[in-house]
Amino acid sequence: MLHGTFGYGRNHKDFIDLNKLGAIITKGTSLKPKQGNKPPRIAETSSGMMNCIGLENPGLEYFATVDLPFLKQYDTKIIVNCFGGQEGTIENYVEICRQLNNMDIDGVEINLSCPNVKAGCLAYGTTYEGVKEITSRCRKVLTSKPLIVKLTPNVTDITLPAKGAEDAGADAISLINTLTAMKIDIETRRPILSINTGGLSGPAIKPVAVRMVYQASHAVKIPVMGLRRNHDRRRCYRVYDGWSNLCVCRFK
Amino acid sequence: MAIQRDCQIVGKEKLIDGIYKISLKSKELAELSKPGNFLEIKVSDSLETFLRRPISIYNIDKENGVVEFIFQVKGKGTEILSERKVGEMLNVLGPLGNGTFSVKPYRRVAIIGGGIGIYPLHELAKNLKDSEINTYLGFRNKDLVTLEDEFEELSDKLVISTDDGSYKEKGFAIDFMKKDCSKEKFDRIYACGPLPMLRAVQAFAIENEIPAELSLEERMGCGIGACVGCAVLTKDSDGNQKYKYVCQHGPVFNAKEVII
Repeated sequence: MLHGTFGYGRNHKDFIDLNKLGAIITKGTSLKPKQGNKPPRIAETSSGMMNCIGLENPGLEYFATVDLPFLKQYDTKIIVNCFGGQEGTIENYVEICRQLNNMDIDGVEINLSCPNVKAGCLAYGTTYEGVKEITSRCRKVLTSKPLIVKLTPNVTDITLPAKGAEDAGADAISLINTLTAMKIDIETRRPILSINTGGLSGPAIKPVAVRMVYQASHAVKIPVMGLRRNHDRRRCYRVYDGWSNLCVCRFK
Repeated sequence: MAIQRDCQIVGKEKLIDGIYKISLKSKELAELSKPGNFLEIKVSDSLETFLRRPISIYNIDKENGVVEFIFQVKGKGTEILSERKVGEMLNVLGPLGNGTFSVKPYRRVAIIGGGIGIYPLHELAKNLKDSEINTYLGFRNKDLVTLEDEFEELSDKLVISTDDGSYKEKGFAIDFMKKDCSKEKFDRIYACGPLPMLRAVQAFAIENEIPAELSLEERMGCGIGACVGCAVLTKDSDGNQKYKYVCQHGPVFNAKEVII
């Protein structure tokens, strides 16, 4: 279950046996609680949806004291997706990785790909140098956990950030996050989303994701996690089989 | 506790142009549902309508295991829903929303609804049997008036008003509620409807120190609090602001809590 689609698992417990999941990647988490964007945060389109949540989350302390003990009741791996908070600084990324390194979790995914926050993420995530720098600094403090770098598709050449993550010592890369998009209300002639643009997800972006997973998996030797809905899991494995290896499924 | 089920459509009725009632057979759903809850309905398997449609519950019939909802055709999703037929199955997630109407036996209550916001108030009124129920329903014009008989039966007093005066009283529902409140104060106000109406109810309730419950709506994704799409700004008693989620913490909120 992927970051951003599954919260911290609690909301889905009526519908899914969490023990049956291989791993849960939590909602993007920052050191301090972070408020997201104003509503409306969601807009539908054919075969997909746009969101501009803005990485709202209760912060690492809340995660450690409330969500982590909840998740530990289940037989599943816990991977924490993290980012640099409101300021989005590299120092914040490093600090949260340092703290996560000492927690009872199974891995860390650093989010370099959210299109809906003002600072961080895309500032580093779109170039070879940017990804390499932040990943290597997180890698230094994250000595006892696997490090995954989540990449954005909003680039011309996905192989460059992918190589940046590999060269900095990431254990794996995951892709793709959402594509920046926009929806206009024809009545008001204004964008529907509060910050005008958002990230497009869903079947609409599948061919883009497949292309990028293909390109990235030929550019790096580390595992590439192709991110999909769990709508058609067998097809998902078939699509990616033979390229890289690992595939995580996305809940809708 | 919420469930995901394929429920059979056992009834469908067109109330007025563009407004439909659908009845679903599900003993479990009927057992679990409370006044104020809503359903997330998958209108079709087509990817054209990617998200489920959140629609509030209008009527719960626990005895016969039937849950009913009423909706207005507003876009693609509700149009498809209006074309579904009796006997077909509808995939439903529900009942959703942890914030539901409180149904204690208050002595004298006001129920105020506007337009398509009146529907969840029906199940509420059914559950307030021991209270004196004063209901105020507002519509734009006479062509949009629905459920008059149903609310008449459940209410001790019913005031129907239209913005243009084309049916019954002319004016806004809240003005008639205020007038009655000045004669004898209400112990609680329940409201669902357009945002300007909810804001007016909120202001009136706070000013007159009457507890009020507002049922809100927002563009919604998952319906279970995971995607945090349907945010509404709230404040606690110390004035600290925080987003809560209509699907998870609502859809019914204390009027003092929300900033709308």
